[in-house]
Amino acid sequence: MLYLEMNNIKKSFGDLQVLKDISLQVREGEVISIIGPSGSGKSTLLRIATMLETLDYGTISYLGEEAVSLYDGESVYAKPKKLKEIKKNFGLVFQNFNLFPHYTVLKNITDAPISVQKRNKKEVMKEAKELLDKMGLSDKADYYPCQLSGGQQQRVAIARALALKPKVLFFDEPTSALDPELTGEVLKVIKSLAEQKMTMVIVTHEMSFARNISDRVIFMDKGVIAVEGSPEEVFNSSNERMQEFLGKLNHE
Amino acid sequence: MSFEVMLEQLTSGMLKSMLIFFLTLIFSLPLGMVMCFGRMSKNKIISGITGFIISILRGTPLMLQLMVVYFFPYYLFGWSIGGWRYPAIIVGFSINYAAYFAEIYRSGIEAIPKGQHEASQILLYSKPQEFFKITLPQVIKIILPAMTNEIITLVKDTSLAFSISYIELFNMAQQIAAANTTMIPFVVAAIFYYVFNLLVSVVMRCFEKKLSYYS
Ligand SMILES: Nc1ncnc2c1ncn2[C@@H]1O[C@H](COP(=O)(O)OP(=O)(O)O)[C@@H](O)[C@H]1O
Ligand SMILES: [Mg+2]
Repeated sequence: MLYLEMNNIKKSFGDLQVLKDISLQVREGEVISIIGPSGSGKSTLLRIATMLETLDYGTISYLGEEAVSLYDGESVYAKPKKLKEIKKNFGLVFQNFNLFPHYTVLKNITDAPISVQKRNKKEVMKEAKELLDKMGLSDKADYYPCQLSGGQQQRVAIARALALKPKVLFFDEPTSALDPELTGEVLKVIKSLAEQKMTMVIVTHEMSFARNISDRVIFMDKGVIAVEGSPEEVFNSSNERMQEFLGKLNHE
Repeated sequence: MSFEVMLEQLTSGMLKSMLIFFLTLIFSLPLGMVMCFGRMSKNKIISGITGFIISILRGTPLMLQLMVVYFFPYYLFGWSIGGWRYPAIIVGFSINYAAYFAEIYRSGIEAIPKGQHEASQILLYSKPQEFFKITLPQVIKIILPAMTNEIITLVKDTSLAFSISYIELFNMAQQIAAANTTMIPFVVAAIFYYVFNLLVSVVMRCFEKKLSYYS
């Protein structure tokens, strides 16, 4: 089943065309990595998929439900009520975590399920503790975000996203704000999610990680998908821009 | 006049000053929030008009505003303003202070990182939920020092009610001083303002401490 289908997405900021006709399909259980030079439009694509940003043209549907469809050649967003239902399908993990600083770790995770989803408090608490366990943070439930390392904060952010039980989880450079020695613990968590067949779309600069866990890799360049395929196909591609991009990374 | 009688009269003035202080806070704190929303409205007309009102309220003397509020029903409509003095004081102070609070609120809201709003959106908080659970608690912590300053100023500004002949602490002290050729009422009044502000600082410091559990 197609969990996410985005077709012919176009987006400009003023005169700058950031996305030029991008299409992306995500199937159930698939892990997709998006790589590419900075400024190529990766974040914009995720922000449009998660509706933090509106598109200029194109269509989006989650699990067959149309969030943006075409009427007379124009893209139209679904009604707020339907859109809200559709938004329940995805979560997003930010580059700089965006945890709520005035809430404890536990409250960061449980507040939305309790006050937004109106789920049973006891049950949510129990699940949150299990999530924290999985993240290796069971002793940090009562800490505030400012008392945690970046790697720990990002794992809390992942737990917070998972607590709402999304069908698709997006990551926008989840380790880019972390010191190198802390990226490993976050990548490990994402890897374990991949093993549990969580559907994920991950923008990342961690090439070996992308190569390892992805079913499919997308290389974006200047607002288009330049190369797409299995990790082998993409990393061994003869595409000039891809070679240049990998070359630059190896030099760093 | 015996010291006891003087103290009694000053105390009654003091209570009147304190009542102005508390009523002003009660009305201006929420009114400031309304002005702040108007000022931050996406509607250019609303934000323009509110911005203009705020700039007038901050840019002209409070004493003048009190007089305008007090006298305008008479000059505009020819109404008798007999019982209007006290309400006029509370209205004048509340509107004026609301303008200052509105700007403080706005600075606080603008200081919240955009990521907090985006996270709230992704987690599907409703607009009111986001405001009351995520934004407001963080704003309060940010603006507390600026609010303390403003509230201390309000304590002293209550004396401006004398400008429309309301007998609060300062006016009372002046009258007693003039009638008895003594400085003592001024000393007592000064001590009162100072001690009251000391209390305000202590209370505000308590709030700050309470909110210092995160940074
Ligand atoms: N809100 C915005 N307003 C104007 N320009 C933007 C905005 N967001 C992104 N851009 C521009 O769009 C381009 C793509 O940005 P982005 O999607 O963040 O790229 P990436 O995540 O691949 O580094 C960049 O040139 C960036 O400056
Ligand atoms: Mg980016």
